[in-house]
Amino acid sequence: MNVTIVDYQSGNISSVINSFTEVAKGKVNLEVTSDINKIKICDKIVLPGQGSFKSCVESLNNISGLVDTLKDFVITNKKPLLGICVGLQMFADIGYEEAETKGLGWISGKVSKINNQNGKFKLPHIGWNEIEIQKESKIFKDIKNKSHMYFVHSYEFIPEDKSVISATTDYSSKIVCSVERDNLFGTQFHPEKSDKIGLKVIDNFLRL
Amino acid sequence: MLKNRIIPCLDVKDGRVVKGINFVKLKDAGDPVEQAKIYSDSGADEICFLDITASNENRDTIIDIVRKTAKECFVPLTVGGGVRTIQNITDLLLAGADKVSINTAAVNNVNFVKEASKKFGSQCIVLAIDAKKVSENKWEVFTHGGRNKTGIDAVEFAKKIEENGAGEILLTSMDKDGTKSGYDIELLKTITNNTNIPVIASGGVGTLDHLYDGIVKGGASAVLAASIFHYGEYKIKDVKEYLNSKNVSVRL
Repeated sequence: MNVTIVDYQSGNISSVINSFTEVAKGKVNLEVTSDINKIKICDKIVLPGQGSFKSCVESLNNISGLVDTLKDFVITNKKPLLGICVGLQMFADIGYEEAETKGLGWISGKVSKINNQNGKFKLPHIGWNEIEIQKESKIFKDIKNKSHMYFVHSYEFIPEDKSVISATTDYSSKIVCSVERDNLFGTQFHPEKSDKIGLKVIDNFLRL
Repeated sequence: MLKNRIIPCLDVKDGRVVKGINFVKLKDAGDPVEQAKIYSDSGADEICFLDITASNENRDTIIDIVRKTAKECFVPLTVGGGVRTIQNITDLLLAGADKVSINTAAVNNVNFVKEASKKFGSQCIVLAIDAKKVSENKWEVFTHGGRNKTGIDAVEFAKKIEENGAGEILLTSMDKDGTKSGYDIELLKTITNNTNIPVIASGGVGTLDHLYDGIVKGGASAVLAASIFHYGEYKIKDVKEYLNSKNVSVRL
């Protein structure tokens, strides 16, 4: 199996590469690239994302043909893609970080700042929080409800169709922390930084 | 519910782990990569490397340590010490660090914080503030591992770096560091009350109660300690079980 981590020159993806390399050892070919010809023929995609929604979308758009290639992969060909952090947020129609920015529009919804309740909750939401599993998800196989995952973000994805939500986490409100719709997966938390339990999420994705 | 983080810090000099007592007297006690792996396996919520001599010496050693550690530890890794340029940050992140902590360079030029957080995202920019008490309820920022006085008020500085995009504050009391007499709770409280970003408490931990105080009385989101872990006085597990028994939520 060939899995591509999309390197679109936005943010630090070293940890994603390290964790996937660790889990993929000996069973999966891992490639880190933005070459759309390689992306087209791979079996699965990992879409990381660090920095702001706006900067990530702009970086994707900067690589000619990348957005269309990803769309074909996910929407037309229905092959598995895992978005991490802003990688997940970009599934939305629109994001409001820095400036109103159009997202990929794969899952209807918006990305807005977490309501910190007048400073009661510190932002960014940084650290280990429990996930509350909302529906059975292939990437949560053998993962217990209330497992701890590592988060670092100030914005949250609010999908219109709540049935895509596979887990939430409690921080000022119930924040969407993972989604699953058919072949499309996303985590707001960082499985690559979530210790053994995070590596298990990665393993589940690679085993799909 | 978001858990309070326990962060062991490894002070690194010339590729070896040391822990400075008041930043002066150094003892050698081990290989940083191995130490980090032990911490990560035993439940550390994050790992922090502080390159204590980086302000003056070459930085390649720490890059190499970060690279090796990042391949074995799958919890967040913060690296600080001598981070002065965008290129320094790029090098550390590419080696596998998740966050960098900036100290002197931010004091010299607050725009550096802005530039760095814009380029890499606030989530990876930790501002290390070394503060020393100058009078009642007044603390001043120091740089160069506590050697240089700046005349800058610590509270004003904390607010300013938050405005400029820092994602977290790593707050060290220079009066307490190495003394094992507990965090400077007043300092912690003042900074946590005046900022909206998470504060990591550092400097002075000698007992488990000190960690409890840092979180409960000081309002810290995370507690950082070096020597109590490093010399095996307490294990990460002891800390977490203790805090949990006192109703402080931690990742068990």
